[in-house]
Amino acid sequence: MTKRREKVVLPLVAVFLGFLLGSIIVLATGRSPLAMFAAMIKGFSGIDIINDVPINTRHIGEFIIQAMPIILTGLAFAFASRTGLFSIGAEGQLMVGALAATTVALLVQAPKAIHLPLVILSSAAAGALWGAIPGFLKARFNVHEVTVSIMMNYIALHLNNFVILNIFGSVDRVKTAFFPESALLKSPFLQSLTRGSRLNWGFIPVVVALVIFSFVINKTTFGYSLRAVGYNKEAARYAGMKVNRNIVLSMMIAGAFAGLAGSVITVGTFNFGRALPSAEGYGFDGIAVALVGGNQASGILFAGMLFGMLKAAQPLMQSQGIPREIAGIIQASIVLFVAMQYGIKLLLEKFKKKESVSAEVDRV
Amino acid sequence: MIFVSRPLSRVAFFLALVVYWEPIKVTTGGRAVGYIIEMLNITKDFPGIRANDNITLQVQESSIHALLGENGAGKSTLMSILFGLYAPDGGTIKIRGKEARIADPNAATQLGIGMVHQHFKLVQGFTVTENIILGSEPTRGPFIDIKKAQEKVLSLSKLYGLSVDPGAKIEDITVGMQQRVEILKMLFRDAEILIFDEPTAVLTPQEIHELIQIMRRLVAEGKTIVLITHKLKEIKEVADTCTVLRRGKLVGTVGVADTSEERMAEMMVGREVNFHVGKAQAVTGEVLLRIEKLNVKNAKGVLGVKNLSLEIKAGEILGLCGIDGNGQTDLVHAITGLAKAEDGKIFLRGKEITNLSIIQRLDLGLGHIPEDRHRHGLVLDFNLDENLVVHDYFRFPYAHLGILNKKAIKDNAQRLIKEFDVRSGQGAATPTRSMSGGNQQKAIVAREIDRSPDVFIVAQPTRGLDVGAIEYIHSRIVAERDKGKAILLVSLELDEILDVSDRIAVIYGGEIVGTVSARETNENELGLMMSGSVRQSAKGGKA
Repeated sequence: MTKRREKVVLPLVAVFLGFLLGSIIVLATGRSPLAMFAAMIKGFSGIDIINDVPINTRHIGEFIIQAMPIILTGLAFAFASRTGLFSIGAEGQLMVGALAATTVALLVQAPKAIHLPLVILSSAAAGALWGAIPGFLKARFNVHEVTVSIMMNYIALHLNNFVILNIFGSVDRVKTAFFPESALLKSPFLQSLTRGSRLNWGFIPVVVALVIFSFVINKTTFGYSLRAVGYNKEAARYAGMKVNRNIVLSMMIAGAFAGLAGSVITVGTFNFGRALPSAEGYGFDGIAVALVGGNQASGILFAGMLFGMLKAAQPLMQSQGIPREIAGIIQASIVLFVAMQYGIKLLLEKFKKKESVSAEVDRV
Repeated sequence: MIFVSRPLSRVAFFLALVVYWEPIKVTTGGRAVGYIIEMLNITKDFPGIRANDNITLQVQESSIHALLGENGAGKSTLMSILFGLYAPDGGTIKIRGKEARIADPNAATQLGIGMVHQHFKLVQGFTVTENIILGSEPTRGPFIDIKKAQEKVLSLSKLYGLSVDPGAKIEDITVGMQQRVEILKMLFRDAEILIFDEPTAVLTPQEIHELIQIMRRLVAEGKTIVLITHKLKEIKEVADTCTVLRRGKLVGTVGVADTSEERMAEMMVGREVNFHVGKAQAVTGEVLLRIEKLNVKNAKGVLGVKNLSLEIKAGEILGLCGIDGNGQTDLVHAITGLAKAEDGKIFLRGKEITNLSIIQRLDLGLGHIPEDRHRHGLVLDFNLDENLVVHDYFRFPYAHLGILNKKAIKDNAQRLIKEFDVRSGQGAATPTRSMSGGNQQKAIVAREIDRSPDVFIVAQPTRGLDVGAIEYIHSRIVAERDKGKAILLVSLELDEILDVSDRIAVIYGGEIVGTVSARETNENELGLMMSGSVRQSAKGGKA
């Protein structure tokens, strides 16, 4: 098998095994896996294969809403990963991105053509700043980025809550005042198209981020030097590359992707800033998305949609009497199987060999 | 010539066999078959390349059988098949006359086959004994019986003349002793067949001499040795039989006594080989690299280079020789910017570069073939074409306005692959990790020579290369000299230093203990200076 084909086939096998395991567990609980798959199909396409009802496009909109932020946090993890860094700070970067979006949305008054881009850019900038800190500490003092980014996640959570509750003065201790229309990604047109889902223009920054990721990594000299640092820091240094600068920049760009997810949620899905009791898990879902997507833009797009679908299908599964946790189990087992891809590769090779042997036997 | 003498040498080989038949019969206890290993018609394919094409190797019991070939000739693949690391696509293996399926290294160990790898597989923080018993520890109840282990190690080491210190930690002993630990590891597991993969690549001349004694001793005690090497001198000195491979095919098997080094080189490369670098007297110009009282700390935090001063002029090659670990690496790293100089000054073309960044030094005309190809020389996960532009990826024509020009990068790779005969399965798009060590080295040398730097630091340029490639690379280095470049050649191979250099500086304990003209010195004089027992008297030139 060539490397390129391997990169596509192995995650697909992992996904297949994940669904297989999920089905077995559903069977073990005494329900029909078919009902689970029906819920999933409905979850992303709105098509009900059991009852004869018209397509409910609202599901499509909600599915995309679920996929957007985890595609962005997936890009964040993957970008740092390409430079050899293990950044688990997307969660916090997303929160400061959301906070920056809230701040700009509430404090700035401008026409939509200025206000909305400003909101989006500010979230990316805040995420970049949040990523720069572990990047700098890694480059300058060789402090491990995992430790720092975990700490930064907590700081982000409490900073967000402090600002939302004490500075913007929440009435119900949960959310801020509503944002002006000029700051929102919301679109009545998209909502009407999807029967009142929360679908919004947020997918545009997501697509732009995907394109930027792929272009920077694969086509630019900057991406080349990032990959060199990621694969072999010493060789990059020998070749005269600025290794430390690349580490900081890579963490900043990764942070910007995650920060962007903050504004997509805050001014897209919602229209107010939120105080959070705890982290929402977008950052960790992003790690899973990047892993399954093989740190490639196209892979992340599909993996993000897959996990978005699983999230969107949860309430539907529950209405079919299937525990919603099954979706989580499938997600977890897909990640596990991807992590086991070396083993899967061995199995596939053995399978292939047996096939060729039996083919020879047939010929004889 | 080849076509005439190949059958001739075969005849000679069979004659030799007939002559030696009696004693062989005796040592094998009267068994009819004298071959302990028979690998018959072995074929192995890798993507894009047939590594072994119908190769047959038959090894006599209690003999030293050399396996000779250029890089990528298929020696390592063949031995990896014997050791159970790869499964052959065709052919059969017989051990002691019985057909064997060697599925993994454990099966090989069961059959009494042991391998001493080129890169030692030892645990640094463990003692010699702990390393030897690792994986087959003698136990008493639930505990390791370290005493019993140590006794067995000591008796083995006495029997075969393998002197080791059983209680010493690996990180504290010499490379030569580490190799003896590897050999003891095999003997501890009762190996009868020992495969040595390029065993002398990392040794000093003295250690090589000791190793040869050890190999003779092993054979005298009834062991069989397969020696993978491309050093003809060693084959001539120690081996009984030699099988030559070229580009995955069997060229022939000869009795070493009946052949010459030249003849074996010819079989290996497929043409006549020059052992000596043809070069004219150096025409030197101004001083291009000047080092003044340089001090550099090594990885352990102590001074690896002490108060060292050197000058290299345009148009000359200064060879730096010394036993491994005497400050060569620290000196090279300080010149190239990979390590910081504690004290002292480095001038390139009269401009001080002591504290400049690596890229600034490169821009001023410094070039560097690094000694460690995996750590510094290559990004193994890049494709070959990407690795060939690591310095210049951002320059025209490889990039324009920050966007890579993949076609220009690929064209560059194809040009260098052709010019330097870099062999890779999928051309420019070959993953570098999948290439053989020698071809990886060739890729680095190609990239660096192609940059044609004014001051060229060349560290171990031919490590792991075969005579054909060495000959070519030496001639290219000399050609750079003749263009008026200043070259610092750092090598552990005395032959290389003596052959290529114009002047030779000997480094011992981080200091230059003498500088001599390459024409006026010899291996003996250098060897004495390298071991620190003789410092140069007033007769030599100035450093």
